[in-house]
Order: sequence, then structure tokens, then C-alpha cells
Amino acid sequence: MSTLTIIFLVLVIGLAGAFLAYRYSRSLAAKDGAQLHSRPIYHASYVACWAMIPALLALMVWLVVSPIVIASDVRGSFPEGILAETSLTEDLAYGIVESLGSGLRVLPADERETITDATPVAELRELLNQRGVPIASASADWMVPLAIQLNGMQIFSRWAMTAVVVLLALGGAFWGYRNIAPRLRARNGVERVVTGALIAASSIAIMTTVGIVFSMLFETIDFFSRISPMEFFFGTEWNPRFSGAGSEGSAGSFGFIPLLAGTLYIGFVAMLIAVPIGLFAAIYMAEYADSRTRSVVKPLLEVLAGIPTIVYGFFALVTVGPFLRDLSAQISGLVTGDYTSFIQAQSVLTAGLVMAIMLIPFVSSLSDDIITSVPRSLRDGSLGLGATRSETIKRVILPAALPGIVSALLLTASRAIGETMIVVLAAGVAANLTINPFDAMTTITVKIVAQLTGDLEFNSPQTLVAFALGMTLFVITLCLNIYALYIVRKYKEQYE
Amino acid sequence: MSDTTANGLAETSARPERRDIGIKKRYAAERRFKAYGIIAIAIGLAFLVALLWSVFSKGYTAFWQTEIQVPITFSEEVLGTPEQANQSQTKLMMANYPQIAREGLAQLLDVDTSDRDAMRAVGALISDGVRIELRDMVLNDLSIIGTTQDVWLYASSELDSALKGQYDLAVPENRRPISDLQLQYIETLQEQGAIEQRFNTGLFTFGASSRAETAGVGVAIIGSLYMMLIVLALALPIGVAASIYLEEFAPKNKFTDLIEVNINNLAAVPSIVFGLLGLAVFINWFGLPRSAALVGGLVLTLMTLPTIIIATRAALRAVPPSIRWAALGVGASKTQTVFHHVLPLAAPGILTGTIIGLAQALGETAPLLLIGMVAFVADYPSTPMDPATALPVQIYMWANEAERAFVERTSGAIIILLAFLAIMNLTAIFLRRRFERRW
Repeated sequence: MSTLTIIFLVLVIGLAGAFLAYRYSRSLAAKDGAQLHSRPIYHASYVACWAMIPALLALMVWLVVSPIVIASDVRGSFPEGILAETSLTEDLAYGIVESLGSGLRVLPADERETITDATPVAELRELLNQRGVPIASASADWMVPLAIQLNGMQIFSRWAMTAVVVLLALGGAFWGYRNIAPRLRARNGVERVVTGALIAASSIAIMTTVGIVFSMLFETIDFFSRISPMEFFFGTEWNPRFSGAGSEGSAGSFGFIPLLAGTLYIGFVAMLIAVPIGLFAAIYMAEYADSRTRSVVKPLLEVLAGIPTIVYGFFALVTVGPFLRDLSAQISGLVTGDYTSFIQAQSVLTAGLVMAIMLIPFVSSLSDDIITSVPRSLRDGSLGLGATRSETIKRVILPAALPGIVSALLLTASRAIGETMIVVLAAGVAANLTINPFDAMTTITVKIVAQLTGDLEFNSPQTLVAFALGMTLFVITLCLNIYALYIVRKYKEQYE
Repeated sequence: MSDTTANGLAETSARPERRDIGIKKRYAAERRFKAYGIIAIAIGLAFLVALLWSVFSKGYTAFWQTEIQVPITFSEEVLGTPEQANQSQTKLMMANYPQIAREGLAQLLDVDTSDRDAMRAVGALISDGVRIELRDMVLNDLSIIGTTQDVWLYASSELDSALKGQYDLAVPENRRPISDLQLQYIETLQEQGAIEQRFNTGLFTFGASSRAETAGVGVAIIGSLYMMLIVLALALPIGVAASIYLEEFAPKNKFTDLIEVNINNLAAVPSIVFGLLGLAVFINWFGLPRSAALVGGLVLTLMTLPTIIIATRAALRAVPPSIRWAALGVGASKTQTVFHHVLPLAAPGILTGTIIGLAQALGETAPLLLIGMVAFVADYPSTPMDPATALPVQIYMWANEAERAFVERTSGAIIILLAFLAIMNLTAIFLRRRFERRW
């Protein structure tokens, strides 16, 4: 039976149990007029919990554990020669045994009968090829009995699992049903289950972080065992050649500096444009604009924040990049008479400018919130002393809001560093180390995408480097975020 | 009394002459400062207008597609008789439909079918998609074999672009994708009224294609739809449950503090990192298939969770404590209070936050690139486990195509994406306006 069918069966048992429990507790209440501790619906949920939770837990455990048990058992009977080899060959051999096993299941029953432990693998391969199941050429005769054994164990495991799970569900339902009595504190039990579920849901956030850290950590360690961290963090050349299979030693160079420089440079250009615009827009909206202007302009600016970054990337690629290139050609033509453009279509400036557009609403709405949260009394005090509005803003409000604004800018910076689609389309792929903003540079995120699109092999430094880059990116943004959150928290307390 | 007032007035009016406190300068500074604000907002709005204008001006033509009405002769010589077709469809499947279409068009244009150069020019006016279009026509209705039908065929992207004025026809013939001869043919067709711009349904129904005129976002929309359903089914219950715990049940301790910091931090982690997580955990560890909508949905779920949790917590916090006290006062348990009274009152806020989170997820591209959704998928995925692509990823792939017609398609796809996002956000705003309660 497929796993989904089993789950469905358990659900049906649970629902049936709940229905019976509901009727039973209703009849209890009606019969002796006894006061039920919990309402009938809680009795129903109580039985459903007993029926479903243990059964589904058992199912989960079985699904995780049984392949491991089967695998270790089958591997135990591998011939000595294979066992002595590296774990990679062993994995490969097990993979072939598995595919033989699944091939066997494709065969019709009468043909499967003819396969015995003594069948040579060549014969089996021919049979399977007729059914469109390709078998690796590395398969050997000793694998056939193992494949048969594997199949047998898998079928047995599935049967046993079905039986155990269904019995658990029935047993649980029965147990719960038997417990039903007027004095049963069913509600408390059900509520404990609900609270447990709530806690489990909220720990998913932690599990995500742990998942992020560990998934990248292992690959990063693997990467650093091939390329030294010194070479990675302080290398100034980025040129990971995709080497052909088996050509050792031609891994290329993995210098991180050009990528970091490009990331920071583009982020810096973007911030240089976005921060003044966003900040002034926020100040105007918080301090000058009447509520009607505010109610029109604020949502309009926030539309910019709702536009997907791929759209910005496309805008940079087909509009801003060519526009800047042609503009620079005109300018150089007017100045020197030579109409060659000095801004490339893909350049730091293009990416920075477009990224700035994306960041403006981010800066402005964060700063707006912070400026409006400065207490009214500070404003009134300053105005009452005869300061003009702009003086109040410059001398009183901004200093008071400074920590909050700094944290907003840090969050914005972390956004700029982690931004992917704009730079993928607008910044270029060449890992240059330059200070000319009209040249193309590349970023960490661009390289992560470049190393991981296409066909992958998980054991070459060329793909593993993406995880090292991701880890570095994660750490940088994490530091920025945590510092920003820390400032926000501290600042919040100040006025509360 | 009146004397002193008069004296006082005289004194104040005389004061500016005596002591200049720079009021003019200060007011000028004030005006300048205000102007900076207005300029900043104007720049921001100008960027918005430029962005939208750039997309819409390039993209609105994508919703129209040039089609040519061609008399097609489904001759029995080429296709075989209907009886033969009933026995074996090989001949129908393999027939040279572009040839049939080309001959039909040549007849319309009075071109000699033995003139190879002219025939090539004629053939290049019709899309390669006719192969499938005509084949499906015949397969659906065998009785048309042996007849001549007027069929609207997709024009090639070159003809389409030329008619939409996207080529500069002033440049020399060999430097543009459409020749003078072809332009002459187009004129003839226009005179006959056999050429027409029609609403482009293909843009919404086709899958990936290397030919612009038969490329559409149909498959991508289905892929995105699957992912949105997965995100909705997972992120909404988990997010709401987590917020209820944190807001209503959790004691203030190190553990809940850790969860809180975690959620705030996850909301600011770059999206591409989630892609790496999906690649390492879902594909490498759990062995889920690459390019599948399921994996994309799971990754986007993890990304959307913080947004939903933050919105839900705000909505729960907005429910006044008096509601909880009243419920507890009449004997409801803590759980009953939350689920029967607080949650329904917070529902509109939760819904709004969820829709906004979904809209974010719909536009997300970077993590999907890493889990292999950059795939050439021409067939509709029938389950979330099948290879699929997503709307923003389709846009990314088209953005990398050089052809002029693809720029138009890309902008068209962006318009569709923006339309979806606009609908979702407007729904969220409507819900907020309609159901928002202030206590």
C-alpha cells in the first residue's frame, strides 16, 4: 500500500472514532443526566488524537528507519573486495543494487519467477532493457541475489509497516473510546496536544535557521578541505574552471576579493543614491505633507517595494543599461568628438542605480516609521522656542531618531548585499577588480547563481564554492541584521 | 495702559532694524529643505513612472499576435485517406505541415512554387508552430482531409515585429531580419485583408519555446499556481500556529526570545540563501526531484513564514485584552479563548498579511534558479512533482534571449506578473478597509 493510502486510512479511522465518540458521549449526557466534564466535541477530538497521533508518528519513524536498516543489512553481505574499497564505491554499488531491485518490480510476475539467485546479471539487464529500464554497466553477478533480497525486505517492510500503523490507529481509537466517561478530562488532553502543535510550529523558525547553517556548513567545510581558506578569502583572482572529469589539479582559482569588492561597490553606489532620496522623502512625508498627499504618495512609493526584483533586473538590462551607454557616448562625443561610450551597458553604475530605485521605498518607509515615533513633545518644545520646522528636524528630530535611522540603513545595506536578480542581469559576470564605476563588476550572489545553474556534481570545488560564498553572505547579512535589530530594540525601549 | 501698549508696539516694530536675527535666511533654508523633500519624492515617483512606462510600452504589443489567413489544402496525397489514418496515424504525425502551409500561402501570393528563393521568403513569414497547429486540426477532425479550409495561422516573429514597427526599415536589407521581398508580400496580404492582429491567447497557454511566437507563460503560470497553493497550505497554518504560541501562550524566557530573534532575522536573510538551503536539504538530502514545483513551494514557504508570522502577531496584538478577559471570565479555557474569540477577530489582519506574503513569494526568482527551475519546460506539469517553471523564472529566461520579439514577450510576461501582484495587493487593501476594526 502506498504511504498516502496508509495516511488516508489512518485519517478515516480517526474520523470514524471521533464520530462514534461524539455519539457515545452525547448519549452518556442524555442517559444519566450526568454533567460531562468536557463537551462531546472534545471527546471526539480526544479519540481522534489517540487514533492518529501514535499511528502517524510510527509511520514517520518507520519511513526514516527502515531504509537505513535494510541498507546496512544488504551492505553487510557485499563481497569483501567491495567492502574494502572507499565508501564512494560502496555507495555506487548499493545504488546499482537498488536500481536492479526496482527494475525487478517492473517485470511481470511470470518473468520475475525465472530470475533466481543464480541468474547472471547480463540476462537480467537484457530483460530490463526491453522494458526501458537502463542498468549501469558496472553491475555484477553477485548483485542479483542482493537485489532479490533487497526487494524481499522492502516488500516485507511495507507490509509490516502497514499492519503496525493500522493496528496502532485502531488500538488508539479503541483505547480512547474506552476511556470516555463523564468525568474524563478530555478537553485538557486535547488542549495539551494543541499547545504541543503550536510549539512545534514555532520551532520551525529555529529549524530553518539551523537548516540554513548546517546545510551550508558541511559543504563549506568540504570546500575548504580542497581549497585553503587563505586562498579563498585573500585571493584576488576568480577563475573557477569547470575541469573535465579526472583532470586533477586544474581547479582554477577561487579568490573571493573581487566578488566582495564588487558586492560592496555596487551596494555603496546604490546606497549613495537611495539614502538621500529615501531619507528626504521620509522627512517630507512625516513632517511636511498633509494627510491627503501622504495617503497618495506613500502607497505609490511602496509600489516600488512590491515590484519583483526580476522586473528591476529586466529594466536595467533593456532600458537603463543601454540608456547610460548611449548617454555616455553622446557626452564623450560632445567633449572629445569621439562617439565611443565610456559606460558599459552592464556596469557598477547601472546595477547600483537600479538597485537604488528598489531600495528607496525601503529606506523611506523604515525612516518614516522611526521619525513619526519620535515623541510629539520634543517637536513642540523646539517649535515653541521659535525654531523653524527644518531646524527642528535637523537639530532635534534627526538626532533623536539617529539610532533608528542607522539601523534602518544597516537593514537596507544587508538587502543591497543580498540582492540577486538585479545584479545577475545588470552587473555582468566578469570578476574584475576595479574602481571605475563604469566598468562591469560581479557580486557574490551572481557567482552563486552562476556556479549552481546547470548540471551539478556535488563533489567538485566549482559547485561547493557556491556554498562557501553563501555562507559568507549569510554571515555578513546576519551580522548586519542582528546589529540593526539590537539597535532597534534598544531604541524602542528609550521612548516607551 | 494704552500708552504702554503703543510703546511696546513701537518697540517691537523697531526691533528688526536694530537686530537682524537672520529670519530671511532661515526661511530660505526652510524653503530649500522642503524643496529637497519634494524633489526626493518626485525622483522616486519619476523612477516608478519610468519603470512602468518602460515595461508597458514594450510589452502591450505582446498581447496581439499577427495571424495570416491561408487557404490550406489537406490533400489525400500528403496525408493519406481518412481510412488509412484510422488505422495508423504515423503518416499524419510525420506529414510536412509547414510545406502545406507554405504552398497555401504561395497560392495566395501568386508565387511560383518552383522558385526556391521566393518560397523560402514565403515560408519565413509563417511560424514553425503551424506544424502542431495543423496536425492537431487534422487529428481532431479527420473529415477535413481532402478539403481546402481557410485557416488563421501564426505569423513568424519577424513578420510580427515588422508589422508592430519594431524594426528600423531604413537600414539596408541585409542588416535586418526581414527582406524587401517579404515586405512586398506583407503589403499584398494586407491588401487582401488576409493579415490581422488578433488577441494573443497563446501567450497565456503555451509553454517554453525557442520560437518567440509560440512561447507562452501557460506552463509557468501553472507552476507558480502549484507553488502558491503549497505555500498557502503550509505557511498559513504553521505561521498562524507559531504566532498564536508566541503571542498568547509563550512565557517570556530565553527560548521564546531565541525564536523571536530568529524570525526577525529570517525575514532579512537574502532570498538566495533559501535557495541554497532548498538545494542542500530538499534535493540533496531528501532526494526530491529537481525543478519540481514541490521543492519550489517548500522553499518559498520557509521564506514567506516570517512575513506571515509578523503580520499575524500584529493582528493578534491589535485584539484588545478585554475580549480575552471576558471570555476567561465566563469560564472559557485559554485555548478556547484564543481559538473561539481572539482568532476570528484577528482573521482579517491575518488574511491581509498572508496575501501580501504570497505576493512576495510569487515574485521571488533567485531561490528558484538554484533548485533547477531554470528549465525548458514545454508541457504542463500534471503534479507538483513534475518539472515546472515559474512566472518570474520564465521572465528571467526570456530576458536572456536576444531576439527583439522576446523582449516584447518578456515585457508582456512582466505585465501579467504585475497584474497578478496588483490583484493580490488590491484584495489585501480591500480586505483591510472592509473588515478592519478599531477598538
